[in-house]
Amino acid sequence: MADQFNKGMARNIYYGGGVFFFLLLVGLTLDTLRVLPERDHRENITEEVAHGKELWENNNCIGCHTLMGEGAYFAPELANVYDRYGQGNEEAFKAFLQSWMSIQPLGVEGRRQMPQFNLSTDEVDALAAFLIWTSRINDNDWPPNIQG
Amino acid sequence: MKFSSQMVAKPYFIFAMVLFAGQLLFGGILGLQYVIGDFLFPYLPFNVARMVHTNLLIVWLLFAFMGASYYLVPEEADTELHSPLLARILFWVFAAAGVATILGYLFVPYAELAKLTYNELLPTMGREFLEQPTITKIGIVIVALGFVFNIGMTILKGRKTVINMVLVTGLIGLAVFFLFSFYNPSNLALDKYFWWWTVHLWVEGVWELILGAILAFTLIKVTGVDREVIEKWLYVIIGMALISGLIGMGHHYFWIGPGEYWLWLGSIFSAIEPIPFFMMVVFAFKMVRERRHEHGNSIAVTWALGTAVMGFLGAGVWGFIHTLAPVNYFTHGTQITAAHGHLAFFGAYVMISLTIISYAMPIMRGRPQGNSLQAQKVERFAFWAMCIGMMGITLALTVAGAYQVALQRMPGDAEALSFMATQGKLMPIYWVRMGFGVLFIGGVAAYFTSFFVGGKLPEAVKIES
Repeated sequence: MADQFNKGMARNIYYGGGVFFFLLLVGLTLDTLRVLPERDHRENITEEVAHGKELWENNNCIGCHTLMGEGAYFAPELANVYDRYGQGNEEAFKAFLQSWMSIQPLGVEGRRQMPQFNLSTDEVDALAAFLIWTSRINDNDWPPNIQG
Repeated sequence: MKFSSQMVAKPYFIFAMVLFAGQLLFGGILGLQYVIGDFLFPYLPFNVARMVHTNLLIVWLLFAFMGASYYLVPEEADTELHSPLLARILFWVFAAAGVATILGYLFVPYAELAKLTYNELLPTMGREFLEQPTITKIGIVIVALGFVFNIGMTILKGRKTVINMVLVTGLIGLAVFFLFSFYNPSNLALDKYFWWWTVHLWVEGVWELILGAILAFTLIKVTGVDREVIEKWLYVIIGMALISGLIGMGHHYFWIGPGEYWLWLGSIFSAIEPIPFFMMVVFAFKMVRERRHEHGNSIAVTWALGTAVMGFLGAGVWGFIHTLAPVNYFTHGTQITAAHGHLAFFGAYVMISLTIISYAMPIMRGRPQGNSLQAQKVERFAFWAMCIGMMGITLALTVAGAYQVALQRMPGDAEALSFMATQGKLMPIYWVRMGFGVLFIGGVAAYFTSFFVGGKLPEAVKIES
C-alpha cells in the first residue's frame, strides 16, 4: 500500500469503522424491536403456543427440519406446514398432525425416517398451535410457494 | 519458540485434531443418510448425527483458537504466559465438558437430556448450533472467561502488538456474543433475531478478527516481512470485515420477521462482505512474494495462502451468490446454503486452524524449520486432497441446490414439486457429494499420517536482495 496511507489511518478504519457500524446495528435493532410487535403478532402467544415451542426445542426438531428457512435441510419446511395441510382450518390441521405424528416412523425402506417422539394428544395440539402461530408471522411473504 | 509456556498450546491442538476426526466420521454418516434415508435409523437419527457433526466442529475450532492464542500471544507480547497452570486446568475442564456433552447427545434421547440437565430452569436447548445443555453453556462461559483473562493478563504485562490487540478484541467479542445464547424467549421472532447475535457475530464478525490475527502472525514468521507492513494490512482487512459484516447481518433478517428495510441493508452490506476476503488473498500472496527468507516449513506457507483463497471462495464468492434478497427469496434454506456453509467454514476457519498447527506443531516438537521434506510431501498431498474434496462437495451441493430451487421453489403452488419428491430427484448428485466426501476424508487421513513421517529436517535459506 502507498506510503501516504500509514498505520494510524488503517487503525482508525478498524476502530472507527467497527464502533460506528456496531452502534448503527444497535440503533437498527432498537428500531426493529419497536416495530416487531406488529409483525410477530405476539399478543397471540398463548401458554399453549409457548409450550409448543418448548416441545419443538426439547425434541430437537430443528436437527432435520427448517423453520422459516433456518435449520437442517433434511426434512420439509414447517413455518408454512399449516398453510400446506391445514387449508385454513385449525381443527383440521390439529387432527392431521395427531395422525401424522402417531404413524411415525413410516418404515418405508430406504426413505428418510422421522422418529416416534411419543407425544401426548395435548402435546401434539400444543405443537400444532405453535406452528399455526409461526405461520402467521409477517416474514416478507416467504416462502415463494406452498411447498416451502 | 521463545517461551516454554507456549507449549500449553500442544494439547489444545492435538485434542482439536481428535475432535476433527470425530466430526468427519459423523459427516460421512450424514452424507450416507442423505442417500440411504434410513441408514442407522433408529439408533442414530439424522438430527443427532447432525448435532454431533456441527457441535464437534464448533468445539474443535474453539480448541484450535485457544491453542493458537496460547502459542502466539506470549511470543508477540514477549513474555511468558500469565498462568500456564490455568491454561492446563481449563483444557481438561473444556475437554471433559465437551466429551460429556457429545456422549449425552449420542446415548440419551434429546428430550431426556433436556430433562436431566434441568433445561426448564433456563431453557436454551434445541436451537441450531446452540443445542448444548444449559449447564454446558455455562461451562463454556467459565472456560472462555478464564481463557480471556489469562490471555489478557499476558498482553497487559507485555508488548501490545497490533496482532495481540486484534486477537484479544476478537476473543472478548467471542465470549460476549456467546451470552446471547442464554436469551430464548417464547416469541420465535425475537428468539431468532438474537440467536444471530451469537451465530452471525461469531462467524461473520469476531471470528474474522481471530482469523486475521493468526494469519498475520503466521505470515510474519514464514515470510520475514516487516511487521509494520503486515499490521497495516491486518487493520484494513478486519476493519472492512466489521464495516461490511455488522450490518451485513441483515441478510439473515430477510424472512424471519424483521421489517422490510433489512432487505436493502442486508443485500447492500453483505454484497461488500467478499471485499475483505479478497484483500486477504492479495495480502497473503503479496507478503509471500516479498518474503525475506525461505522458511524451511514451506507447507505452512501453502496453508496460509490456501486459507486466503478458500476463505475468499467459500465465505466471499459462495456467500455472495445467494445473499441478495431477490435471489435469497428462492435459495433460502436450500442446499445452496449447505454448499456455502461447508466451503466457508472449511476455507476460513478449518484452514486457518490447520495453518497455525502446521506452523507451530513442528516447532513445539523441536523442529524450528518445519517437518522433514518427506512429511511435508505427505502433508502437501493432504492439503490438495482436502481442498479438492471440499470444493467437490461444494460444487455438488450447489448443483443440488440450484436444481432444488428450480423444482421446488420457482414454480407456482400447483406445479411445484414437494420437498421430499425434490429430494428424490437430487439423489444422484448426493452420491457425487459422497464421493468427494470420501476424497476429503482420505486427505485428512493423509494429514494425520504426516505427523508420523520422519526424515531429515530442512534448514532456512536467506534470500539475497
